[in-house]
Amino acid sequence: MTNRKTWLYFIPYGLWLALFVIAPVGLIIYQSFFDLGHHFTVANYSTYFQSATYLKMTLNSVWYAFLITLFTVLISYPTAYFLHQLKHRQFWLLLVILPTWINILLKAYAFIGIFSQAGLANQFLTFIGIGPQQILFTNASFIFVATYIQIPFMILPIFNALDDLNPAFINASKDLGASAWQTFHRVIFPLTLPGVKAGVQAVFIPSLSLFMLTRLIGGNKVITLGTAIEEHFLTTMNWGMGSTIGVVLIVAMIIVMTLTGDQKPKGGTPR
Amino acid sequence: MTQPIITLRNVTKRYGTHTILKNINLTLESGKFYTLLGPSGCGKTTILRTIAGFTDATDGDVLFAGDRINDVPANKRNVNTVFQDYALFPHMTVAENVAFGLTLKKRPKPEIAERVAQALKLVQLADYGDREISALSGGQQQRIAIARAIVMEPQVLLLDEPLSALDAKLRRQMQYELRDLQQRLGITFLFVTHDQEEALAMSDEIFVMSQGEVLQSGSPVDIYDEPINHFVADFIGESNILPGKMIADFQVAFGGHQFECADAGIPVNEAVEIVIRPEDLTLTDPANAKLTVTIDTQLFRGDYYEIAATDSLGNDWLIHSVNPAEDGESVGITFRPQDLHVMRFGEKEAEFDARLETYETEDESHDEP
Repeated sequence: MTNRKTWLYFIPYGLWLALFVIAPVGLIIYQSFFDLGHHFTVANYSTYFQSATYLKMTLNSVWYAFLITLFTVLISYPTAYFLHQLKHRQFWLLLVILPTWINILLKAYAFIGIFSQAGLANQFLTFIGIGPQQILFTNASFIFVATYIQIPFMILPIFNALDDLNPAFINASKDLGASAWQTFHRVIFPLTLPGVKAGVQAVFIPSLSLFMLTRLIGGNKVITLGTAIEEHFLTTMNWGMGSTIGVVLIVAMIIVMTLTGDQKPKGGTPR
Repeated sequence: MTQPIITLRNVTKRYGTHTILKNINLTLESGKFYTLLGPSGCGKTTILRTIAGFTDATDGDVLFAGDRINDVPANKRNVNTVFQDYALFPHMTVAENVAFGLTLKKRPKPEIAERVAQALKLVQLADYGDREISALSGGQQQRIAIARAIVMEPQVLLLDEPLSALDAKLRRQMQYELRDLQQRLGITFLFVTHDQEEALAMSDEIFVMSQGEVLQSGSPVDIYDEPINHFVADFIGESNILPGKMIADFQVAFGGHQFECADAGIPVNEAVEIVIRPEDLTLTDPANAKLTVTIDTQLFRGDYYEIAATDSLGNDWLIHSVNPAEDGESVGITFRPQDLHVMRFGEKEAEFDARLETYETEDESHDEP
C-alpha cells in the first residue's frame, strides 16, 4: 500500500523529468549526429572541433561568461555581506530580488533606452562635458547589462550562506586573536564559499548561452554559443550543428558543476 | 591577597530599557576555579562575554590585572573562551583548529607543531590531529575546544556551559578532567553553568546569580551550608525551607517547637526562614525525636531513600535516609543545632557576611555538614 502511494507522489516529478529533462537532452544528442541531409554522421563534431570559428566562439563565450561571473562575484559578495549586517535585511534583500520578477526582454529594452545616443547615460556624459559616446552595442555595455541581470542570482546564495554562518565562529576567531580582516579571510569567507560556488553555478552557465543580450545590447559583436545555437536552429536550419553546440554546452555545464561541487573532505578518515 | 586577575567594578549592562546586569562587582584571583551559577537568563553568560570582549558593559569597569580593558577589542585580550557549542571551525582539521591562534601570531612552524601536539596530548587526543571536526564525537569536540583555547596560554580561561551538550556520564568524567586540568595549568578558570552539582563539584568559589545580580559568592561548602536566601537555598541542592521565628540568639522556633541553632545577630521575634538539608535529617523513634512526621511516599534512589513526609502543622519534609520507612508510618526526625540554617528576608550578602563575623570567629565547628 505505502509503496504504491509513494509511487503516486513520484508521478508529477517523473513526468517532468522524462518530458522536460531526459527527452530534450536525448533529442539534442540524437540530432547532433545528423547532417543537413538527415544522414547519420559524426561530421558535426569534427566540424566543430576543427573549425577555428567555432573554437574561437567557444573561447569567446567562456571568456565573457567568466568576466560576467567575476564582476558579479566582486559586486555581490560585498553587497550580500553589507545587507546581512542591516537590521531589516530581509526587506533590503527583497529590493535586490525585485528586478528578477521583470522579464529580461523588458529590462534589455530599458537599457537600450538608457544607453542610446540620446539616452540618460549620454545626457549625463554631455552634462559633465565628456559628450555623447557610443555606449550601446559595445562589449562593455553587454557585460554591464549581463552583470546587472545576474547579480540577484549571486547575492541570494551568498546571503543565505552568511545567514547560515554560526556567529560563534566569528567570536571564536576574534577570541583566538584574529583581526577583523583575518577573521574574514580565514573564517567567514571559507565558510561561505559554498554560497559563492552555488552563485557561480547559477550565473556562469546561463551566461555561456546568453543570446538576447548579445544582440540587443552587444549588437552581435560578441557571438556566444547561445547566439550560434539560435542562428543554426532559426536561420541556417542546421539543427544537427545547433544540437552539437547544445551538447558542448551541456558538457560545459557538467564541467562547471564538477569544479564548483563539494570537494572531498581533506584529512583523516571519518569514523 | 595576590593581585586579582579580573575585576568587575559596578558593571551594568542594558539593552534598551532591559537591564541584563545590575551593578556587578566581582574579583577573580589568579589560579582559581570560579563558577558563575544561575538559571538561564540570569546574565551569567553576559558577564563572560563582557570579559571576553564580545559585548560592552553599559557602565562600570572591567579590569585585567589592574588595567581597564573595556576598550580593548576581543582579539587583543589575554583571555580565551571555550564556547557552549564549541565553535570549532568545520573547514579545518583538528590540528588546524588548535593551531589557528598561533598561526595568527606568526609563530615559527616547528613551535606551532610542538605546542599543538602538547595541547592535544593534554586533552588526551594526541593522535587526532588529522581528523575532520565532523568526525569527532561531542566529548572529543569539547576537548579540542579546550585544547584550542589553552594552546594560547591565556591567563584566564572562560568556559560557557561547555558540558551542557554531553551525556551524564561523560559530563561527570569531564568535571574531573577540567578540575585536574585547571590545577595542572594553574590558570584561572571562569566557568558558567546552570548545573549546581557541576558548580559544587569543581569550584573554588561560586557566584550564585539571579536576574542580573550576584546573590551570594563563596566556597561551595559555604554556599551549600549557609545559603543567603530562599532562592539560593532552593537552587543549590535540595532543601527543606520552613517559616520560623527568631526567639533569641541561637534559639529559633518553627514547626510548633523551639530549637537550638547556630545563628545569631538577628532581632528577637523577627520572622525568618529555616533551611535543613534532607541528608541532615535522621529518622528515629518518636520518643527521641525533635519533630514527628508522617511518611507520605518514598523513592529508592540507589544510594539512599528519598522520603516525603508531613508534620502536624502541614509542612512538607524531604528526608534522605539510608534505611527505608513505611508509608503512612509516624516517625520521629532529629537533627543537630548546626544542621539548621536561619535566613533573614531581604538580607544582602554584605550584611550577611558582617553578621556572621560577629559570632562565627571563635567557633568554626558548625561548618561541618
